[in-house]
Amino acid sequence: MIPGVSINEILTLTSILFFIGVYGFITRKNLISILISLELILNSSIINFVVINKYLYPELLQGMVYSIFIIAVAAAETALAVAIIINIYRRTGSVEVSETETMKH
Amino acid sequence: MEKVIFYILAIIMVAAAIAAVSSRKMLRSVIYLLFVLIGAAGLYFQMDYNFLAAIQLTVYAGGVVVLIIFSVLLIHHIEMKLEVAKKSRQAMSALLCLLGLSVFLATIYAHPFEVAGVSTTTTTAEIGRALLSFEKQGFILPFEVISVLLLSAMIGAIVIAKGGRAIKQPPLQKIDPEKLLKDLKKEVTEEKVPEEEIGV
Repeated sequence: MIPGVSINEILTLTSILFFIGVYGFITRKNLISILISLELILNSSIINFVVINKYLYPELLQGMVYSIFIIAVAAAETALAVAIIINIYRRTGSVEVSETETMKH
Repeated sequence: MEKVIFYILAIIMVAAAIAAVSSRKMLRSVIYLLFVLIGAAGLYFQMDYNFLAAIQLTVYAGGVVVLIIFSVLLIHHIEMKLEVAKKSRQAMSALLCLLGLSVFLATIYAHPFEVAGVSTTTTTAEIGRALLSFEKQGFILPFEVISVLLLSAMIGAIVIAKGGRAIKQPPLQKIDPEKLLKDLKKEVTEEKVPEEEIGV
């Protein structure tokens, strides 16, 4: 645990990061920007897992291992999303959300 | 000292996150995301989770951000500005996010957390044993499932990014060699000047 910093402050920080990510997810119109917002959301959830593990159950490893799994899933998801975005760009010439409303071409 | 460093990290992370979701230029917003990820790694270092911080730096800052930058460079014109949502919609979503944030904060500050006073250092060997143990708190099954997931994601990414045809290119015109030859001959005979006009 960080000396002098309570768990409430770190949870406040991660909540702020989470809702900034949600805001970007709603307002952005571009697929890559949406991906960036998604990374923000996932990252704040990882910090939550780690902080709760460290402050409440420091002798266990569950939160740590779960955050490693979340990082692996996020990396796989990013690779797939980038592949799909590049394919959409090749087919439609655009990565805006409004122009990719149909999935078949 | 740690408190000051934590607050500096928190301010950097929040400012970079806000810049990442509001910047009009896409490459810059990716770089702001990189700042957020590195700040998270700093938090892990402060909490004495060195292995997790190393993973964060290599996988996120080294892998994911580079992947996103590659896709931005492949897709986007750098000087082009992004279109954003309407002002009313932006205000609406900001209001909704503030509402959700206030609910979160009220819950967090109302809940009595029983913080354990001791702080133990987790070594990498313990994490490795936890990941590979069959015992009650072992994670061998999700570990194997994650490895299969990574393999399938790799194959899927290659297949998706490679397959498919480009619609934007116009179809190639078929060339008929005999017709071309005939046209050429016609041109040559038409261009031949009659001999009496030269006056020989």
